Amino acid sequence: MVLGGLLLYPIYQLGLISFFHYTQAQVSGGQPATFEGFGNYREIFSDAQFWQVLLATVVFAAACVVSTLSVGCALAVLLTRVRALPRLALMLAALGAWATPAVTGSTVWLLLFDPDFGPVNRMLGLGDHSWTYGRLSAFLLVLLEVVWCSFPFVMVTVYAGIRAVPAEVLEAAELDGASQLRVWRSVLAPMLRPILVVVTIQSVIWDFKVFTQIYVMTNGGGIAGQNLTLNVYAYQQAFASSQYSLGSAIGIVMLLILLAVTLVYLRLLRRQGEEL
Amino acid sequence: MKPSVRSVRSVRLVAPVAALALAGFTATACAPETSDNSSSGKDEQTGTLRVWLFQEVGNTPKEKVVTSVVDAFEKAHKGVDVKVEYIPVETRAQRIKAAFNDPKSAPDVIEYGNTDTAGYVADGGLLDVSKEFAAWDEATDTDPTARQSVTVDGKVYGAPFFVGVRALYYRTDVFKELGLDVPKTMAELTTTAHEIRAAEPDLYGLVVGGAFTYGAMPFIWANGGELATGRGGSYASAIDSTAAQKGIKAYTSLFGDDNCPAAKCAGMGGNDTITAFAAGKAGMAIGGDFNHAAVQAGKVKDDYAVVPLPGVEAGSVAPAFAGGNNLGVLNSTSHRTLAVDLMEQLASKQTQTRLFDAMGFLPTFADVRETVAKKQPYVAPFVKTLAAGTKFVPASPAWSRIDSSLVLPTMFQEIVSGKKDVAAASAEAAKKMDDAFGSAG
Repeated sequence: MVLGGLLLYPIYQLGLISFFHYTQAQVSGGQPATFEGFGNYREIFSDAQFWQVLLATVVFAAACVVSTLSVGCALAVLLTRVRALPRLALMLAALGAWATPAVTGSTVWLLLFDPDFGPVNRMLGLGDHSWTYGRLSAFLLVLLEVVWCSFPFVMVTVYAGIRAVPAEVLEAAELDGASQLRVWRSVLAPMLRPILVVVTIQSVIWDFKVFTQIYVMTNGGGIAGQNLTLNVYAYQQAFASSQYSLGSAIGIVMLLILLAVTLVYLRLLRRQGEEL
Repeated sequence: MKPSVRSVRSVRLVAPVAALALAGFTATACAPETSDNSSSGKDEQTGTLRVWLFQEVGNTPKEKVVTSVVDAFEKAHKGVDVKVEYIPVETRAQRIKAAFNDPKSAPDVIEYGNTDTAGYVADGGLLDVSKEFAAWDEATDTDPTARQSVTVDGKVYGAPFFVGVRALYYRTDVFKELGLDVPKTMAELTTTAHEIRAAEPDLYGLVVGGAFTYGAMPFIWANGGELATGRGGSYASAIDSTAAQKGIKAYTSLFGDDNCPAAKCAGMGGNDTITAFAAGKAGMAIGGDFNHAAVQAGKVKDDYAVVPLPGVEAGSVAPAFAGGNNLGVLNSTSHRTLAVDLMEQLASKQTQTRLFDAMGFLPTFADVRETVAKKQPYVAPFVKTLAAGTKFVPASPAWSRIDSSLVLPTMFQEIVSGKKDVAAASAEAAKKMDDAFGSAG
């Protein structure tokens, strides 16, 4: 009951505010709050920039999820294949990445790719190439950072899952002459399905809501706002511009999208006859 | 008949959703919370006065001046205790918004950035002090732009505290070595910038930034353009007028491999350009009197000079943006007379002179400014810029929204990155500005 209240009340407030004209002037009592109905939503949906940002967010999040999962799973398999010492080293490195606060991680990545002082350009001999200037290269840079700080979760979880798979099963597959990839596709992936589902949903939610990395690395949305994602866009509307109602409406839209994605995903799995 | 599993599940789902929806509908009757920020109507003559001032880099000299003013004030008013708090500049917006939201813990007197005046007035946070300001004998010497920066719809909401204005910093050693003359017109500024870059490929000629709005505005104004036209509540954007477009073109033409490569400069803000200049990476930069200390602390400290930014015609000065801070009294104060009195003491000619000596803040009184310029030669170009006439952003609550939603930086960045031409980008910026003016009106 308490938990429900704690979860629902903020969402209720968010929804409520999204139906009003609610800016700083209303919060501090300079003007009365007026009921707008779906006015805020109309304003968002008629804004070409919103659609553009939404599309960028979906594509970016999808790319992040796919990259994170493949890197995480590949390294998890690798972990089971190597000796104790390299395994420990990889684990520690991954945990280090995981434990790094997002702001710190983003700043360090930015510094690595800095056009004037960064070691990456020097190593690749790129002169003073600016990574954050082009839209795609800026997104790529952020993607690398996001993958870097979120693959450890996938890796550790999947690794634990693989460990729980009976050794005989894997041995049998090997005796049958199955290749590495084949073992993953036909044996491990189906057995790890519940874990993979959880990890995927987690990643979708995280990557859809990515904020810190974009905000820090592209300086609040990139050149002319080309790297805005939905969360940063909502922040700009709500807090930087003090249009709390508009920001709330964007928040509600995000919430609905994520809920829908999660429900559809679960439904699809259930259709395939897997009970989670 | 046995109900199917599916329908049971859907009932289970429908019930809470319906409950939520119901809650939503009943709740629409009551609006989200607002705080009562109307003036208390009380005017107590004793008690505690709370003051919020900005925490500057190297704040001690400011504290010393303020403390002596406060001590004198407490001596003159028995039973009055003044508490001064220095708030960090980065979080000022949240702090001041919070003060408006919670009048009980709000201060009586605050320092605020002059572009925020109209927004704070619309928020209902600042007290109208027109009567006191008119009766204040020193206020007759307040320069017109500073007066405009505390005025909204003909009413005065504070006292100007100091002004900040930008001018052209240039490298004396580079100019001497290349045999260059200090540019006298805006066209010469561009050619000089190109010459520097051509001779010294490691230097930006004139370092500019796509997010450096206040550095770009003089180009628009010098070409006869305006950000917006109108007065009081109703403004209309003029950023897409022919004259303004000419200015935008002049500024954005400075981004390129022949001066300041777009890949690096499009993302820069004002501080980035000063950092580059101070580190010896640029031949020229547009910087403020308030950047003097930073440049002095940099590599180029012995090799630079400052002149007013040249206008279109030889001998003219491009109108600069008149930045700076004001002092104001909060609407929620319960010590109206005392708070206004203290505000006047803190913004007085004497305090401003002392703050100039201590911090280098340029006074808002024309006569005081003349006097201090004689003492410190480095402020002369800034005083000259101010005397040539400065401009201000539209005094509309919409401005803070235009500013924080990055309308102008987006426009400049779209142009320099080649995404849009000047006409298209400025038309879109004009539309966004008009939207903001419209919804704030």
